Amino acid sequence: MIPEIGEYSLILALVLSVFLAFIPMVGAARGDVFLMSFARPLAKSLFLFLLISMICLGYAFATDDFSVRYVAGNSNSALPIYFKLSAIWGGHEGSLLLWVFILSGWIFAVAVKSDGLPMDMMARVLSVLGMVGVGFISFTLITSSPFERLLLNTPAEGADLNPLLQDIGLIIHPPLLYMGYVGFSVAFAFAIAALLSGKLDVAWSRWTRPWTNVSWAFLTIGITLGSWWAYYELGWGGWWFWDPVENASFMPWLMGTALVHSLAVTEKRGLFKSWTLLLAIFTFSLSLLGTFLVRSGVLTSVHSFAADPERGLYILVLLAITVGGSLLLYAIKAYDVKSESDFDLCSRETLLLVNNVLLVIMCSMVLIGTLYPLVVDAMDAGKISVGPPYFNALFVPFSLILVFFMGIGILLRWKKSSPQRMFKQLLPSLVLAVICGIAAAYIFNNEMAFKATLALVLSFWVIFSLLTDAYSKVSNKKDKLSSLSKLPKSYWAMQIAHLGVVVSLVGVALVATYSEERDIRMVPGDTVTLGDYKFEFKGAKALVGPNYKGDVGTIVVYKNQQFFAEMHPEKRLYLARGSMMTEADINAGVFADIFVALGEPLNDGAWAVRLQYKPFMRWVWFGGVLMMIAGLLTAFDRRYRIKKTLKTTFA
Amino acid sequence: MTPKRKKRLVLVLFVVFGAAIAVGLALFALNQNISLFFSPKQIMNGEAPVETRIRAGGMVVEGSVKRADNSLKTEFAITDYAEQVTVVFEGILPDLFREGQGIVAQGSLDKQGVFQAVEVLAKHDEKYMPPEVADALEKSGVSKTNEQSESSKDASTGAYQ
Repeated sequence: MIPEIGEYSLILALVLSVFLAFIPMVGAARGDVFLMSFARPLAKSLFLFLLISMICLGYAFATDDFSVRYVAGNSNSALPIYFKLSAIWGGHEGSLLLWVFILSGWIFAVAVKSDGLPMDMMARVLSVLGMVGVGFISFTLITSSPFERLLLNTPAEGADLNPLLQDIGLIIHPPLLYMGYVGFSVAFAFAIAALLSGKLDVAWSRWTRPWTNVSWAFLTIGITLGSWWAYYELGWGGWWFWDPVENASFMPWLMGTALVHSLAVTEKRGLFKSWTLLLAIFTFSLSLLGTFLVRSGVLTSVHSFAADPERGLYILVLLAITVGGSLLLYAIKAYDVKSESDFDLCSRETLLLVNNVLLVIMCSMVLIGTLYPLVVDAMDAGKISVGPPYFNALFVPFSLILVFFMGIGILLRWKKSSPQRMFKQLLPSLVLAVICGIAAAYIFNNEMAFKATLALVLSFWVIFSLLTDAYSKVSNKKDKLSSLSKLPKSYWAMQIAHLGVVVSLVGVALVATYSEERDIRMVPGDTVTLGDYKFEFKGAKALVGPNYKGDVGTIVVYKNQQFFAEMHPEKRLYLARGSMMTEADINAGVFADIFVALGEPLNDGAWAVRLQYKPFMRWVWFGGVLMMIAGLLTAFDRRYRIKKTLKTTFA
Repeated sequence: MTPKRKKRLVLVLFVVFGAAIAVGLALFALNQNISLFFSPKQIMNGEAPVETRIRAGGMVVEGSVKRADNSLKTEFAITDYAEQVTVVFEGILPDLFREGQGIVAQGSLDKQGVFQAVEVLAKHDEKYMPPEVADALEKSGVSKTNEQSESSKDASTGAYQ
């Protein structure tokens, strides 16, 4: 009974989203206030019904209702309750339900928070979001309803959740990632509304910016968590694979980063308007492309996709409609949206343009590398794979160039900076950065690999620019510290976000250059030395868990002859599916991670063991956390709330 | 030309130039870094280049896995049920590596026709068959789904034993 209620709510949500897509839009076109006023109630009830749908599916999982095909395929009565609930998004159908649920959550948030918006803008934005809803709710219902029943031969036990996904990382990673992905639909809706009305003023960018920054923050933390999860759960200590699934979320992030910067120019200077609109369209299109890549099965094989094209084709059509429709609208209407002012070559605008161009190029590189094998395969020209060397060869130089320009851009003024002043400010920090960077690289490791040293120099370069800029903000004030604390939140967000980039850069550079790794056969009593660390294998013994059995090894680690840690990597056999899992043991530290994992048992009590020393590993993700904090912080900046307080004082 | 237009022209040129370099670099890097897939049959027919980074895949032949006593060196054979190729790998094999499982190996062929693998991939789902392997099997007349092929698979594995 409950699953049917879920299905009906989903159908009702589809009907509501169809109304939302049409009624307010027609109202906005005719200037009919009555029709436009439908937007908010429709948006809120859309959220309500999708919430009911989610709760019903959650209930089916919690009560082990294996008559529901999706529950039978992705759960098991032996699973702990939190894994049962997170199994809602453990498979294709539930992931899609989560996708549309989060979409409705964003729609709800826009409906609640849109008090200050002009009526027609609010109606158009919600209407466009409603259209996206129609596309994806119908997709869920028609091709992949999670509520489908297996009434005739109900299995007694579920097939279990994939053991890889039985992890805290899976509980939080997909919802956060989707919050980001789907959140860009709001920026997209604002862009389409601006094109439809032909109005793009400062107010528009002030409404759009917080939404975009918050989605960007969610996507940032989603990607960061994904990397962290892959690191400890896939078992072998890799943290970025340039896998198509990772690229699917990384492309919207790169484009979204460009959008965040371009929106800043649009808000502050009324420039780059049509470019901002284009970026908003591209960012959301890449989110849809990501959904297509991950959800259509096209990655497993282009041919299996062609054999069972229903799912993939549906998203492909949605993608084509979105990209085609919005670009057509852009072509017709973008001319109405004119930029208001001009800027000098030596100005922050130029540097932000450089940022945008570089980010778009980097995104295109990832796009080419991701789609190329699919295109070749689709044309039957052979099976190729594009590996990490391609991505590294292109991505690393471009990101270093990007960071170099970041150091300049932070210091330049809007509209016009004097080149002399720029050189005067930059020269000392350049010299200092080179000295500090080389010194740091030398202290860390006297090999001084070129790329790592360059990355450290550039990190100091950006840090000095950040410090110089903060100082120049208060240099003419009396009480410097207190005026520093009075700087707006968005300024601090800018500082924190760029600091986050530096932290990640340091982490990536050092861990990629100086990691040490040994795969080795060890019998109990064997020792291996890796850098300053000595590993002693004490043997492995049997282990029994709630839904698995396996072996647990003991490895004692000494650092500089002193006891450092005792580590217990595991090898598990999950009984329901009979699948083997490697549970690595990681000793995480601020400056280095020690990573041990068991391979397979060999003869005479020996094991294949992987030992890894990964310097500055945590920094990669900590930078992502800083960027997320910064993205969220901007949304709380005072100037985005002014509208509301003004209204309340007049009321 | 007004100064404003001139500036715009400079910007546009800058963008076009940058994009052209970027695309050029991308295509160059792409050509350097793709690795082609070859089935055992193609390798035995001499279609695969020697000492070039390629991928090879197939089912691990039953009873072919030999481990060294004092290192992680492993030798095994992969087959598409038409031909088989010997693979040598030193390192930790993936959790799902076992005899009869479909795998893809990354590495290069040496002059003796032995595949020196640097990486062995078996996906984390025992029902999953690497798409290249499935395709190669299909081409050599074995399909992974219907019953008929099951028997022909038995026949072919039998032939090797």
